[in-house]
Amino acid sequence: MLSRIAESLFWIGRYVERAEDTARILDVHIHHLLEAPVTSEADLCQSLLAIMGMSTHEADDAAALEGLDSRDSASVNARAVTELLAFDVNNPCSIVSSLGAARANARGVSEAISSEMWEALNVTYNSLPSQIDLGRRIAPYAFFRFVRERAAIIAGLTESTMSRDDAWRFMVLGRSLERVDMLARLLSTAVAGGDPSPDWVVLLRSCSAHEAFLRTYRREPEPTPAAEFLLLDRLFPRSVFCALSTAEECLAELDPRSNRAGMADESRRILGHLRTNLEFRRIDDLVQDLPGLLDAVQKGCSSASASLAERYFRQTSPIEWALEGSGLRTTPAAPR
Amino acid sequence: MGDLFEGYTPARPFGTPAWDEMFEAPGTPRAAARTLHDALQALPADDFESRCAARDRSFRDRGITFQLSGEERPFPLDLIPRIIPEQEWTVLAAGVAQRVRALEALLADLYGVGQILEDRVVPRSLVTSSQHFHRAAFGVEPPNGVRIHVAGIDVVRGADGKFCVLEDNIRCPSGVSYVIENRRMMARIFPELFTSHRVLSVASYPVKLLEALRAAAPGGTHDPTVVVLTPGVYNSAYFEHTFLARQMGIELVEGRDLICRADRIYMRTSSGEQRVDVVYRRVDDEYLDPLHFRPDTLVGCPGLLNAARAGNVTIANAVGNGVADDKLTYTYMPDIIRYYLSEDPILPNVETYRLEDPDQLDYVLGRIDQLVLKPVAGSGGYGILIGPQATDEQLAEARTTLVADPRAWTAQEIVALSTAPTRVGDRLAPRHLDLRPFAVNDGQQIWVLPGGLTRVALPEGSLVVNSSQGGGSKDTWVTMAGPQRRLSQTAKSPERRMAQSATDAPPHRGLRPETGPGFDDTGRQQQQQQQQSGSRPC
Repeated sequence: MLSRIAESLFWIGRYVERAEDTARILDVHIHHLLEAPVTSEADLCQSLLAIMGMSTHEADDAAALEGLDSRDSASVNARAVTELLAFDVNNPCSIVSSLGAARANARGVSEAISSEMWEALNVTYNSLPSQIDLGRRIAPYAFFRFVRERAAIIAGLTESTMSRDDAWRFMVLGRSLERVDMLARLLSTAVAGGDPSPDWVVLLRSCSAHEAFLRTYRREPEPTPAAEFLLLDRLFPRSVFCALSTAEECLAELDPRSNRAGMADESRRILGHLRTNLEFRRIDDLVQDLPGLLDAVQKGCSSASASLAERYFRQTSPIEWALEGSGLRTTPAAPR
Repeated sequence: MGDLFEGYTPARPFGTPAWDEMFEAPGTPRAAARTLHDALQALPADDFESRCAARDRSFRDRGITFQLSGEERPFPLDLIPRIIPEQEWTVLAAGVAQRVRALEALLADLYGVGQILEDRVVPRSLVTSSQHFHRAAFGVEPPNGVRIHVAGIDVVRGADGKFCVLEDNIRCPSGVSYVIENRRMMARIFPELFTSHRVLSVASYPVKLLEALRAAAPGGTHDPTVVVLTPGVYNSAYFEHTFLARQMGIELVEGRDLICRADRIYMRTSSGEQRVDVVYRRVDDEYLDPLHFRPDTLVGCPGLLNAARAGNVTIANAVGNGVADDKLTYTYMPDIIRYYLSEDPILPNVETYRLEDPDQLDYVLGRIDQLVLKPVAGSGGYGILIGPQATDEQLAEARTTLVADPRAWTAQEIVALSTAPTRVGDRLAPRHLDLRPFAVNDGQQIWVLPGGLTRVALPEGSLVVNSSQGGGSKDTWVTMAGPQRRLSQTAKSPERRMAQSATDAPPHRGLRPETGPGFDDTGRQQQQQQQQSGSRPC
C-alpha cells in the first residue's frame, strides 16, 4: 500500500474519532451545566477548553466571528466554547474541521476505501452547513447527535464493507490511538483542574460508559472503580486498555515478520509499554498517580504516532514552486 | 401577531378564581416566575412551534410513550415548566416525608400488634373491610423496617395557594421516569431557560432508589442482587420499568424469569441460576404470587411471598401496603400522623366524608351535586364523578350506588385545582394541575425528589389529571433563589473583554491535538463552507 494512502487512512480514523469524542464530551458537559444548577459555567468552560489545549482568547475570537458575546461578567461562556470546539472552521481541532479533514483525506484515497464509506463521509461533510445552522439556532445537542450518528455509520461501514487488510488496519489504528488520546485528555483535565473529586458520572457519560459502568458495578460511580473502568476494563470498547490493545493488534498484523523475539517496531513498543504499565499496576497506585500516568499516556500516543509516521508514512514532501526573484527553492509541506 | 400569553384569562371553576402558578393577578407574574414569563413572552410563535415539533420527534425516536386506551402515544409534555420556589418546596417536602413516616408506622402496626386499633384511633372495620389488607403479609418482617421504599404523594394547590394531600400512593407509584425524561427533554429543547434559572436536579433519583433497595436487602448479603419485576411489555408503564432498570444497571425480569426453590428466589440466567435478594416489583399484590393471591396469574412468581416471609428476599414495596393508601384510611390520616408522630400534619387533607357513617352519608346525599365521588379501591382516575359536572341521571345513579355500598366510595369537597399556562393551539391557556412528589425511604432517611410529576388536565375546565385519562405533564422546577446565572446571549462589549483577557490564564491546559494531512487543500473548501454558513441570519 502506498504510504500516502496509509497515512490518509490513519488520519481518517483519527479525525472521525476526534469529531465523535468531542461531540460527546461537549454534549454531556453542556447538558450537565443545564441540569445541575450549582455547576459553575466558567469552570466547566475552562476545562472544556483545556481538554483541547485551547485558550479563552480563542473562544472569544470564535464567538466574536459569529457576533456573540462570549462572556458572562468575567468568564467565557458555553456558547463561545461550543462555537470554538464544534463549529469554528478556523480551529483545526473543531468538530467541523475534523470532519472536513477526514473527507478531504477520503477524497484522495477513495479507491482504497469502499464507495459506501466515501459516500458516508461525503454526505456528512455536505450536511455540515445545515446542521451547524440547526445547532446554532435551536440547540447544539441536535448537532452533536448528528455527529455521533454519522461517526457510527462510518465506523459501521468500516467494519462491514472493508476487507481486513492493511487499509482497514491503518484506519482502525488511527481510531484507536485517537480514542486513547482523547480519553487521556478528558481525564487528565478532570484530575488536574484543581478539582479534588471530579464528577465521574459526567466523565463516564462523556465516553458513553455510564450505563455500562452501572451494569458492571451496580452502584454509583466512585473515583476508584470509575477510573478503573475507564482505564482498564477489558470488555468496554472505549476503555484505554481496549483501545490500546486494538492498536497493538493492528500494528502486530501490519508487521508480521516481527513475531519471534523483541520488538522492532518502535510504536508497538511504546503502546505495549503503556498498556502493560496500566494493566499490571495495583489499582490504588494507579489512582494515586493518575495525573502522571495520564500524562504518560498522552505523550506515548504522540510519540507512537510520530514513529508510525517515520516508519510507514515516509514520503517525499510535495514540491512548491516559488516565483523567480524570491529565489527558486523547494519547501517542505507544513509540518505535521 | 401577539405573544403566547395573549388572551390568557384565569380559570374560574365553580365561580371562584383558581390559584395560577404563574400569575398573581392577570398580567402580573409571580416573583419566582417572572424570568420565565418574560423569556416566553419574547418568544416568536413559530419558534415555539418548532420546539414542540422537535420534542415530539425526540420522544417518538426514543420510544418514550404511554399506552392510552390501547394506543401508544408520545408522552404529552407541555413545554411550559411549572415553577415552585425552593422555600415553598422545603415545606412541601417536609410534609411528604412526614406523611411517609406516619404511613410506615401505620403499616408496621397494622401488620403487627395493631395498637392503633386497640386505642380506637381508627376502627377495626377499616382494616377488615379493606380489599388491600392481606393476611398473607403478616409475619413478613422487612429487614430494615421499610415497607414503603417508594411513595408518590399526590398533592394539589387550592384556591388559597396552599398545598393539600389528595391521595397517598404507596403500592407501585409510577411516573418518576417521566419526571427525569421531561427534565432531559426540557434541557435540550429550551437550554436558554436553564441558564437563567437555578433548577434543582432530578437526575440522582435512580441512584437514591438503588441505594434504598440495596439497604433493604436481607441481612448477610454482601453485594445484594436487586431486580425490577415487570408484568411485561404490554404493561402501560413498561417504559418506566425499562428506564429504571437501565438507570440502576440492574436486571429487568418478568415473573417467568424467576424461580423459587427452598424459599429462595433465583433468576434464570445464561450462566445458571442466580440468587436474587431484592425484588423491586411493579406488579400489583394480586398478581404477585399465585400461591397466595390470584391463582391464575402468569406475571408473578410462585413462592415469592413465602421466600420473603422466610427472610430470604425483600419485596419492595411490601405486600399489603394498599391498606394504608386506601381512600378510606386517607380520611384518618391527620389523626394517624398525630397518633404516631405526636406532630401536627404539615400538609392538610382535603375535606372528605366517610359514607359508612349514616350522618355523613345523609349529608353527602344532600350535597351530592357539589362534591366529588371516588371509588375507594380505584386508581388512575377511573370511576370519578364530579358533582357539578355530572348529569341528573348520573347523580341519581350515584345515590343508589352509595346507599348500596357506602364502603366502596368516598365523597370529597371539590378543590379548585391550581392552574398554569399550558399550550392549547397556538396560545397558552390555564389548565388545572396536580403534583406527585416522589419519596424514597432507605431506612435512614426519607428523601424527596425535588420536583415531581406535574400532571395537567388538558380539556378546558377538567379537573381529572391522570395520564390514563388523557392528561398531559409539565416539567416541575424547584428553583433556588439567589444570583441567577446570566443568559449567554447579551450585547457584546469588546472593551470589557480586552480588559479581562490578560488575567484569565487557565490553571491547566492540555496539549493541542496533533493534526495530519487533510488541511492543505481544504482551506479553500472551508472558506466556501464558511461563506455558506455565514449567509444565514444570526
